[in-house]
Amino acid sequence: MTLLVANGLRKAFGGVEAVIDVGFAVAPGEVVALIGPNGAGKSTCFNMLNGQLAPDRGTIELGGKNIAGLPPRAIARLGVGRTFQITATFASMRVRENVQAALQSFADKSYGLWRAADTLCREEAQALLARVGMADQAERQCGTLAYGDLKRVELAVALAGKPRLLLMDEPTAGMAPAERLALMSLTASLARRDKIGVLFTEHDMDTVFAHADRILVLDRGRLIAEGSPAAVRNDPTVRRVYLGAGTMYGEAT
Amino acid sequence: MSEIFADILIQFLNGLAGASSLFLVAAGLSLIFGVTRIVNFAHGALFMLGLYLAWSLIDLFGRSTLLGFWGGVLAAALCVGAIGAAIEVFVLRRIYKAPELFQLLATFALVLIIKDAVLYFWGAEELLGPRAPGLRGAVEIFGRRLPEYDLLLIVAGPLVLCLLWLLLHRTRYGMFVRAATQDREMLAALGTNERHLFTSVFFLGAFLAGLGGALQIPREPAQLSLDLAVISDAFVVVVVGGMGSIGGAFLAALLIAQAKALCIALGDVAMFGTIVSFSKLTLVVEFAIMAAVLVLRPWGLLGKPLALARGGSAHASPLDPPGQLFWPTSLFVLMLLAFAPLGGDRYLLVLMGDIAVFALFAVALHFLMGPGGLVSFGHAAYFGLGSYAAALAFLRLDLPAEAALLAAPLAGGLAALLFGWFCVRLSGVYLAMLTLAFAQIAWSVVFQWNDATGGSNGLIGLWPAGWLKDRTLYFWATLALCAAGIFFLWRTVHAPFGLALRAARDQPMRAEAVGIDTRRVQWLAFALSGAFAGLAGGLFAFAKGSISPDTLGVARSVDGLAMVLLGGVHTLTGPVLGAAVFTWLQDEIARNTQYWRAILGLAILALVLAFPYGLGGALKRLRGAS
Repeated sequence: MTLLVANGLRKAFGGVEAVIDVGFAVAPGEVVALIGPNGAGKSTCFNMLNGQLAPDRGTIELGGKNIAGLPPRAIARLGVGRTFQITATFASMRVRENVQAALQSFADKSYGLWRAADTLCREEAQALLARVGMADQAERQCGTLAYGDLKRVELAVALAGKPRLLLMDEPTAGMAPAERLALMSLTASLARRDKIGVLFTEHDMDTVFAHADRILVLDRGRLIAEGSPAAVRNDPTVRRVYLGAGTMYGEAT
Repeated sequence: MSEIFADILIQFLNGLAGASSLFLVAAGLSLIFGVTRIVNFAHGALFMLGLYLAWSLIDLFGRSTLLGFWGGVLAAALCVGAIGAAIEVFVLRRIYKAPELFQLLATFALVLIIKDAVLYFWGAEELLGPRAPGLRGAVEIFGRRLPEYDLLLIVAGPLVLCLLWLLLHRTRYGMFVRAATQDREMLAALGTNERHLFTSVFFLGAFLAGLGGALQIPREPAQLSLDLAVISDAFVVVVVGGMGSIGGAFLAALLIAQAKALCIALGDVAMFGTIVSFSKLTLVVEFAIMAAVLVLRPWGLLGKPLALARGGSAHASPLDPPGQLFWPTSLFVLMLLAFAPLGGDRYLLVLMGDIAVFALFAVALHFLMGPGGLVSFGHAAYFGLGSYAAALAFLRLDLPAEAALLAAPLAGGLAALLFGWFCVRLSGVYLAMLTLAFAQIAWSVVFQWNDATGGSNGLIGLWPAGWLKDRTLYFWATLALCAAGIFFLWRTVHAPFGLALRAARDQPMRAEAVGIDTRRVQWLAFALSGAFAGLAGGLFAFAKGSISPDTLGVARSVDGLAMVLLGGVHTLTGPVLGAAVFTWLQDEIARNTQYWRAILGLAILALVLAFPYGLGGALKRLRGAS
């Protein structure tokens, strides 16, 4: 029983093939990391999943429905939440309003012109904020929050649509090590509890190996390895990609 | 056939000559925008100033000598350049950190001041300039006569383009200008003195505008309406060419001047069984080109997407739901206003009516600009189309005023629905320019469609019958409708729609990622704003009894912007306050002096320099501090 199945994904920009025949699956409650060196095609892959880019070829099935090429808002409504590499919150709003805006959108109430937004979905918003540990900061303005707290708000916003799949683009970039650990532990526990599949890209290997159930490794647009953290850690191809050909330090000896 | 060919050729050459001046102004505007990110509304005024100064200086140096004429032209351009530098040093430098709209408002204040300065020094009469010595004749081309001076202008444009290119690409200074255009923070981080660069770019840009004006002296009379006419032309050229691209400005100037010339050359043509008067389409055609280019190539012909200035704009603060006392206080103020005219003061009645109408107009514009983040430079279009729709329904369909008024929000809303569909595909300065373009199209259609709209004379006899005949009752009706409109828009800002609209403004990608259709939300906001602006326009028409194309002119759009900005973009009540202060000031000063524009301009400048967050923002801060 899988949640997301990507098959034969391909995307080229002009003459550059950014992603070539990539396929993978994510199961409910599973935390999967997508890693690879710069330029490997992680972001392109991600942007095809979230609808920012349409794949040239291939299918992306979410619970059996092909979502390839749908606009981001349609994909969001099918149960895909996402967080951005550089946190994207509604800076002029209070923390609670950020979550309320998302909740109201998913409840199809965003075109309401008369009833006050303030009271609509308020308890739900508070509950979501409590889940990410931000309940006590609900009335603060987002523009004034610390970076780590913004990431939590973003997670709450991403959870507002009751996602089946959570896409996180470098969720811990720019955070202090202790904060990284806290955010990813929180994400992993939420995912396992609510059976949300999580796919995240990450440069920090400590985070990847500490939290991922499974790791996908991309290099130059191709999926070169896939498996448990232990398997990927010992994969010679992965080692070569990450550490170079291995001759510099005399590995041959 | 050869007749037509000769006509077209002559108009083509005319077009080339016209393109040169347009290019000079647009190149200056583009340079200034590229480096400082300021849209200089006063650029047309600088052009006008160049023309007037050239008139006087040539007179001073001697009309008939070569040195006198060209010395005068050059001196005029240098003077305008110096004025531009002074503007940068004394005004704009102080508000670089303010929201960009304030810079715009400041430059518009300069338009008002320069206009009245010109009125003071040169008077209101048109001034015919001298011909250039040695170029007074005309050359004959296929039996048509082309002024020799036009040939010189045809050369002048490409010549200046070459000189500018050399300056920008072959000198150290030019390298700095290009670097600042691409990434001004990085340039500053590398240790370049931004101040000198900004001042010199303003000098150069103003010099080009002044030169463009001065060179026109043998071709067109100096007159006071040139500032706004030229600035809207220059906006179009810069936007079509691509902001910050000099080559693009040249290409666009050529394209637009040629399209206009072609329209004139074609004249009246029988098409599809009717006579289409192309010569009347000159006003429409440039804006139609701009709209087409912006939709197909949103960054202009040779432009690139704008680099975002980092950390420039402060975040808007949260819009909290109104406190317990807000609605009771508003109701109380409304009651006070309703009692105001009972003293029988006719003047007060008219003023209060105007304030009510413009408060609704300002709130409608603010709805789009504040929560929506979509700046409209052409909101008078919806106001004016509302006026005309109500007036036409009243005069042509013989509807009673009450019913005719319904046509106003309908027309405003439909026009906004149509124009907005294009506009929400753009953002920032480009969006603002496109709104201006649509407003100018609407204006020129109203202005030129004599049979329906009465052309420049407008429509008269809009006096409602029945109970609305009583001016006090009409005032009350106006007050009630405007208050209801404002109340509705304020509710909407605090409703889920308002939240979605603010979400789309703050972070469009995030908003889409939570399922909000940002374009549709913004489009609807456009329509709502247009409908209420239209309602204000309809009420205005029956209050005045007559309307003219001015109802939807650029000046009215700018009035609206000034009201909103004066009041403060990030407060809800600000626009009402701004509308009241602005309308009252305008009225008060206009009754006492013919130089009301300059006084208004100075007042705006003083306010912008003193309260860079608007009156409402200043009040909020005061409250926050105490």
